[in-house]
Amino acid sequence: MWRMAVLSRNHVTVTGRADGPVVMLAHGFGCDQNMWRLVVPLLESHFTVVLFDHVGAGRSDLSAWSEERYSSLDGYAEDVLEICHELGLGPVTFVGHSVSAMMGVLAAVREPQAFAGLVLLAPSPCFIDDPATGYRGGFSAEDIDELLGSLDANYLGWSGAMAPVIMGNPERPELGEELTNSFCRTDPDIARVFARVTFLSDNREDLPGVTVPALVAQCSSDAIAPPEVGAFVHARIPGSRLVTLNATGHCPQLAAPEETAAAITEFVEATR
Amino acid sequence: MMSKTGGGGGRPDPGDQQPGDDPAAFSALLEDSTEDLYEHAPCGFLSTLLDGTIAKINATLLDWLGYARDDVVGRKTFSDLLTVGGRLYHETHFGPLLRMQGEVSGIALELKAADGSRLPVLVTSTIKTGGDGQPLLIRTTVFDARDRRAYETELLRARQEAEHEREELKRLNAVLQRTLLPPALVSVPGLEVDAHYHIASTDMVGGDFYDLFPLGAGTWGLFLGDVCGKGAAAAAITSLARYTLRAAAVYDPDPAAVLSNLNTVLNHEYTGEDPRFCTVIFGLLTPDTDQGGFRITLASGGHPPALIVRSDGSADQLPTPGGQLIGALPDAHIATTTVHLTAGDTLLLHTDGLTEAHTASSSDDDRYGDEAFLGFARALAPTTASDAVAAIRDLLDTFGAGVDDDTAVLAVSVPRC
Repeated sequence: MWRMAVLSRNHVTVTGRADGPVVMLAHGFGCDQNMWRLVVPLLESHFTVVLFDHVGAGRSDLSAWSEERYSSLDGYAEDVLEICHELGLGPVTFVGHSVSAMMGVLAAVREPQAFAGLVLLAPSPCFIDDPATGYRGGFSAEDIDELLGSLDANYLGWSGAMAPVIMGNPERPELGEELTNSFCRTDPDIARVFARVTFLSDNREDLPGVTVPALVAQCSSDAIAPPEVGAFVHARIPGSRLVTLNATGHCPQLAAPEETAAAITEFVEATR
Repeated sequence: MMSKTGGGGGRPDPGDQQPGDDPAAFSALLEDSTEDLYEHAPCGFLSTLLDGTIAKINATLLDWLGYARDDVVGRKTFSDLLTVGGRLYHETHFGPLLRMQGEVSGIALELKAADGSRLPVLVTSTIKTGGDGQPLLIRTTVFDARDRRAYETELLRARQEAEHEREELKRLNAVLQRTLLPPALVSVPGLEVDAHYHIASTDMVGGDFYDLFPLGAGTWGLFLGDVCGKGAAAAAITSLARYTLRAAAVYDPDPAAVLSNLNTVLNHEYTGEDPRFCTVIFGLLTPDTDQGGFRITLASGGHPPALIVRSDGSADQLPTPGGQLIGALPDAHIATTTVHLTAGDTLLLHTDGLTEAHTASSSDDDRYGDEAFLGFARALAPTTASDAVAAIRDLLDTFGAGVDDDTAVLAVSVPRC
């Protein structure tokens, strides 16, 4: 019963080779597990592929969301561990995109035995510059306020129009059919809290605690996680490897699925 | 319908001439060059490579932004034109959606002009694909949304204000509700007492009330009632009813007299357009020095009957037939009954929020009902005040949102020795 609860809460889907190593793909801020749809076909022939939606995103159970649990990355890391326990597939290679990379770090620090390795895709342990230590995350606190403003501005754009669908509003059946933009559908209130967690978290101190093999995969030009941030993560995680993908932008799994899948495959094979 | 030219076949009025009547003039209009239309359309046009590098941009958009063509073509990406917040939004939502769907429309963004000023826009993008279906470039239209954004900002502000005020109202309601109920029930020697108040909606103050209080010579008064309606007006009646009942009981503790006094007060206070009334049970508890336990005289004005749950495992309603609504008529008929409560007996008073609750089980008349509640009490028997109240709380929980009215429950029992 509880097993079902965790798996439906996060809309967990399992695909690929049942006898292959397990690769778990975690989407970042913004959309849902569909972010991986171009990469999954390239991984399925080798691996058991586990996909899920963070609570509040995609087809997750929105009623399971609470501000208390999901106001820090720890709640999300807890979810990752619960999914691992419930599936009982043994140690997984966790691939975390963007903010999910740090969820993987937190989960692997707490329970290393659950992980065969971590692939940190376009990671950032802290988006906000810290002049005191000379750390450059790429953004000022004002920038982040502006992002939250952008989310509010779009509340009346598509996310506002999406809300009745997300809520499954029975009084307005005309809104019942799937609309476009649904893959990035997010409850506006949840999105606001998730944006705060994503862009205000500082996990720099957690990086040295990672003891499992780790691969930092960054893009060659990324407006959200610049190259020096990837280098910082690599320097702080003992024994980690760093690759810089040719892909540009912040979403290599969309921009360069082959290259991304190849990096994941190579890492899993090397750590077997 | 009359035709102007139908009458006499006079000269055609020059004002009737349509553009199509003069093929030369119309085609001259059509020859508005597509290049000129592109450059000076009333919206911005932009074509970028898949990595976002701007390949083509129209004069309208350059003019809005205050850039020269050479500043941007091949030098900037679309993302570079956005504010930082917009850029994050573009990377995390807009870009992935565009790749997934081949089109994204009506997204609100802000562009950064050369002089640093911000231009609110609505952006629509489509991916142009080649003959083989491979994406080639991204075409984007940009609409000036300054007026619309100002309007939306105002809507957003109004929404936030409304949410804030709703929170404030909930808080006030909760405070007001608490003032209408005793903070804690007094303890009565030789009696176990318990009560529960279930709030159905935090948006409105409900009209249920109860109390238990000492009267002279070792006797006690108790009451439980339900004011018709909800909200501030009902709360005012609830408060009035509660204080009137206490005062009336001191003046003359006979239960029928107490309710009769309340009836007079409500009937005088509220007449004409704003009739207000309630149903209520008032009880006088007198310790029975001969047999032990308590003698209870109940008077009811139109209220659902109390239940007696006996120590022998039986349970029954205590009918008070003919009792009329309090406050509605100048002389309401009030029905009384007397019952003896011995060790192990429990008296249960409730409001109809419980019995009127919607249940999932019965489809026809989906209310819980008096019979079902009596059956519930029989299943509990014998019980105690606190056990009965706990069981009713659990019952209310199983109804969930089916309880659409406030519910009050008051129970007294004589402990077994």
